[in-house]
Amino acid sequence: MATPPDALVLAGDAPSPEPSDTPARGTPRLASARPPRLGWRVVAVKEFGDGILSIRLFILIALLGLAAVGAIYSTASFVGQNAQAASGTSGLFVLLFSHQATGSQVPSFAALVGLLGPLLGIAFGFDAINGERSERTLPRLVSQPIHRDAVIIGKFAAGLTVIGLVLLAITLIVSGIAFLVLGISPSPDDLARVGAWFVVTLAYLGFWLAFAMLCSVVVRRSATSALAAIALWIVLTIFSALLVGIVASYVAPVPANATLDQQIANAQLQLDLARVSPGTLYSEAAAYLLDPTVQTVGIVPIAQQTDQRAIPSILPLDQSLLLAWPQAVALLSLTVVCFGAGYVGFMRQEVRA
Amino acid sequence: MRKRGRLVRHAAPEPAETDLAIQTHGLTKTYGDLVAVDKLNLAIRTGEVFGLLGPNGAGKTTTILMLLGLSEPTHGRASVAGFDPTRQPLEVKRRVGYLPDDVGFYGEMTGAENLRYTAALNGIERRAANDRIGLLLEQVGLADAAERRVEQYSRGMRQRLGLADALVKDPSILILDEPTASIDPAGVTEVLALIQSLARDSGVTVLLSSHLLHQVHQVCDRVAIFNAGRILAQGRMSQLAAELAGDELELEVGLDGPPDQVEAALRASPGVVDVRADPHDPGLWLVTGPQSIRAHLAVDLAARGLGVRHLRRVGDELDEIYQRYFSRDEGDHGNAA
Repeated sequence: MATPPDALVLAGDAPSPEPSDTPARGTPRLASARPPRLGWRVVAVKEFGDGILSIRLFILIALLGLAAVGAIYSTASFVGQNAQAASGTSGLFVLLFSHQATGSQVPSFAALVGLLGPLLGIAFGFDAINGERSERTLPRLVSQPIHRDAVIIGKFAAGLTVIGLVLLAITLIVSGIAFLVLGISPSPDDLARVGAWFVVTLAYLGFWLAFAMLCSVVVRRSATSALAAIALWIVLTIFSALLVGIVASYVAPVPANATLDQQIANAQLQLDLARVSPGTLYSEAAAYLLDPTVQTVGIVPIAQQTDQRAIPSILPLDQSLLLAWPQAVALLSLTVVCFGAGYVGFMRQEVRA
Repeated sequence: MRKRGRLVRHAAPEPAETDLAIQTHGLTKTYGDLVAVDKLNLAIRTGEVFGLLGPNGAGKTTTILMLLGLSEPTHGRASVAGFDPTRQPLEVKRRVGYLPDDVGFYGEMTGAENLRYTAALNGIERRAANDRIGLLLEQVGLADAAERRVEQYSRGMRQRLGLADALVKDPSILILDEPTASIDPAGVTEVLALIQSLARDSGVTVLLSSHLLHQVHQVCDRVAIFNAGRILAQGRMSQLAAELAGDELELEVGLDGPPDQVEAALRASPGVVDVRADPHDPGLWLVTGPQSIRAHLAVDLAARGLGVRHLRRVGDELDEIYQRYFSRDEGDHGNAA
């Protein structure tokens, strides 16, 4: 009974040892069937279609649109009052994006995007891969003649496009209000600043998209993956200041009779720690880009202001860009690292659970 | 051209080895200590329907994923349509249509839209794709449901849509993982008939896996019985049945007459090893003996003046093939331990 299985293989079934580089038999007969050279584009087009028609997009546009309009009306009164005096000055238009009216509870438009924007990224990424798994479409998808990375690249590209369109739409609404209601027209300098801000914001939202997609690769269930992404969002936006404060006062304590150096060391450490968060990087870059009077977001101006030595001035665009550059690059690298982690994770995963 | 292997047929001359659509040499996949597929040697000829049969967890899906280049073998190599799936997965995937185990579709899209996406991923031009999709949906009997969302499809409809999906790229090889699992008997018949007509009419090589020998043996030219990552036997069903010749079989015999006399006659019949009265049915006897008694028991009994009104083999031949190979496999493990 204990016959070795190999002995049961029939003689005619023995595989031939010769190499199998003979021309392919039965080449597809469809004349036009050439696998797409850019398979990710096919995936992206499909995912873009899904995203544009999705209910989640509708919800997010409604949420962000309402928030944006609220922020603008709050800021508009301030800008409107100063429009007369500041007529001809460049920088008034961008203030509409960045200025929080004194005493107002409503944050500026740029701050709102920093706060709510991550939701956009999360919404279009949290079920990117595990959604395909739970619908059991992944094996079918990756058995088509496209590289496996086409799936994740295509989904990221489509997600970023949808997010970019939402951001563009809302930015245009805000600009339209400035234009129609307040009669403020942007100078070329203003447009360039808004453009630069748009790019930085896209990198910021790209980070959240990449992070949500990383969650969708690592976590098997969509709901859990959404929760993981939202948890990080809440930690970074609500608790990060608290955490940073605790860590900083532990590493660089500020005793009751602290010297100025000790205080500065503590503050500097807090700032450095906070800059790990993409939200901080975004808001610093946005401050430089959307408010030409901002010369630094570091701790120095406090000393300068108390000394009354800082010269209030409006920075030219190139100087603002230079100031925002490190933050923009840091944001972009965070996005790339996050996407890279998801990419590698996806490529190494088995198709089957 | 095509020879269809049935239990009753004799083996046809073996074709030349260059005619192989799929072959593997010592294909092995391990996950840590677990050996999912163990030194697998397969040779599937162009144009045949080959069944990979084994219980769940035997390593069938792992084998299929390696053949498609979706999972990298730990050792060994494979050749599919003349290409190495590990090194040239795209060439393989261009030519191989794959119906995954428990296939899924985008529920919010219609059946036709799902297939159009597959066509686009295969670089099929839109007009050609639409024509082909229309034909395929008609072929699988889903023409009326083409514009309905897949989330409204029944399980059997999805399976048929999966078959159409695997055919969109006009493959030369079709790999079907459990094509009949979890659909109702009528659906099984439909799907199998479809596979059979595809293989016959368009000369597609079909590799299908199943844990239900009953369902698929009729469409398979050859089968490989697969368990714990190893092939226990492969060949035509008739050959596998012959492998088991010499083993005992049990017959249910219906005879009229006084029980003592009947029992004595049965015991006297040449080759008979054991005779028992059926505890449930007084007129029936269970007779055990070698395969050969099947041929002459009735004649022998007739010669003794006993009229046989019923003669049936207990258990199923297919069941037996399946069971025997698996029990043999367990015997191997027992010896090794």
